Amino acid sequence: MEFKDYYKILGLSRDASQDDIKRAYRKLARKYHPDVSSEDDAEERFKEVSEAYEVLKDPEKRAAYDQLGSQWRQGQDFQPPPGWDQGFEFRRGGYTHADPHVFSDFFESLFGRADFGPFGGAGGSRFHAQGNDTHARIMIDLEDAYRGGRRQITLKHSELGPDGRPVVRERTLSVSIPKGIVEGQQIRLAGQGEPGLGQGKAGDLYLEIQFRPHRHYRTEGRDVYVELPVAPWEAALGAKVRVPTPSGSVEVKIPPNSKAGGKLRLKGRGIPTREPGDLFVVLRVILPPANTAAEREAYQAFASKFSFNPRKDMGDGA
Amino acid sequence: MTDNVTGIVLNDERLVSLAELCRMCQVNADKVQLMVEEGVLEPVGSGPGQWRFESLCIRRVRRVVRLERDLGVNLAGAALAAELLEEIDRLRARLRRLGEF
Repeated sequence: MEFKDYYKILGLSRDASQDDIKRAYRKLARKYHPDVSSEDDAEERFKEVSEAYEVLKDPEKRAAYDQLGSQWRQGQDFQPPPGWDQGFEFRRGGYTHADPHVFSDFFESLFGRADFGPFGGAGGSRFHAQGNDTHARIMIDLEDAYRGGRRQITLKHSELGPDGRPVVRERTLSVSIPKGIVEGQQIRLAGQGEPGLGQGKAGDLYLEIQFRPHRHYRTEGRDVYVELPVAPWEAALGAKVRVPTPSGSVEVKIPPNSKAGGKLRLKGRGIPTREPGDLFVVLRVILPPANTAAEREAYQAFASKFSFNPRKDMGDGA
Repeated sequence: MTDNVTGIVLNDERLVSLAELCRMCQVNADKVQLMVEEGVLEPVGSGPGQWRFESLCIRRVRRVVRLERDLGVNLAGAALAAELLEEIDRLRARLRRLGEF
């Protein structure tokens, strides 16, 4: 097991005051809180910081921790000395803020588990409690939302191993994805959360839906957007073009004098919720390069027929 | 081993009651009532017994509770942060789309 240097994690020296500790924690919590932070390792860092604060904010735990001495280094292999906590009395219910399930082996070897440990909890085999609800985000394809169907998902979770330490387990669920689901919606799977204690019922599992990024499609609620590249003459003269959509390709009529960025709405071809969304085709005009003499000539003929100043809004100075 | 499971979709059409919201977010009814008073949640229905919440409220309640607990801010502060975070989510989503095209 690795030693955790809680002072180092919070960027403090060992003689920091309780106020210093609180200030350092709050600052790091704002930086690494998983709801707030965009750093990749935010969740890990936040757990570390919370664990450090859990110990150092509590004068009893801090004194016990300090007693291990200052010779230990972060990450060093560590076993608690036998009877290290003799003479320290810990109150129950000291786990006030952070979620105690996320603490490290190191923490648990010193202070026990919040729910089973020597310093708290309601031990004993006659204790029943409902398991916690759990949450996970899953990625599906947009096409799944059009068709519905079963998808295999693999979830990682930690549970208590035979030696009382948390171990990470994987499990695979085959989840039925209903037709018409949109991003951000949740699916509740009853009884698939954390197991209960004793005869307590298992919690529920909540899955939040996200769509895998797609080369052509993006969604906004139940509406779907597809960008359609067109040639300048197609936009100017009008055209009939085949467009791929998640429910199969359709022929779309581009009206004459369409603008770049213009949107064509195909009603009811968005995600098939009870009231289906719309599909928007966004026109993107692609300029052909003038590489050959004939192509350059065509552009020159083009220019000679138009009195067109694309910079007229920029005024005289431009 | 693969379990075959089928769940209930919590969508906008399926509104949740006060009791369901409390259970899903593991908060008590007083807390939800405070959030309604603060304008964090806007249920339909005339009183707590009739309240129905959009299912997207579930995420907001959880987030506000986490921010209060972990950052030591009060409800008004957590509500402000949650709203700004939702705005950031929307802007990031837009940015992603623009980047794709």
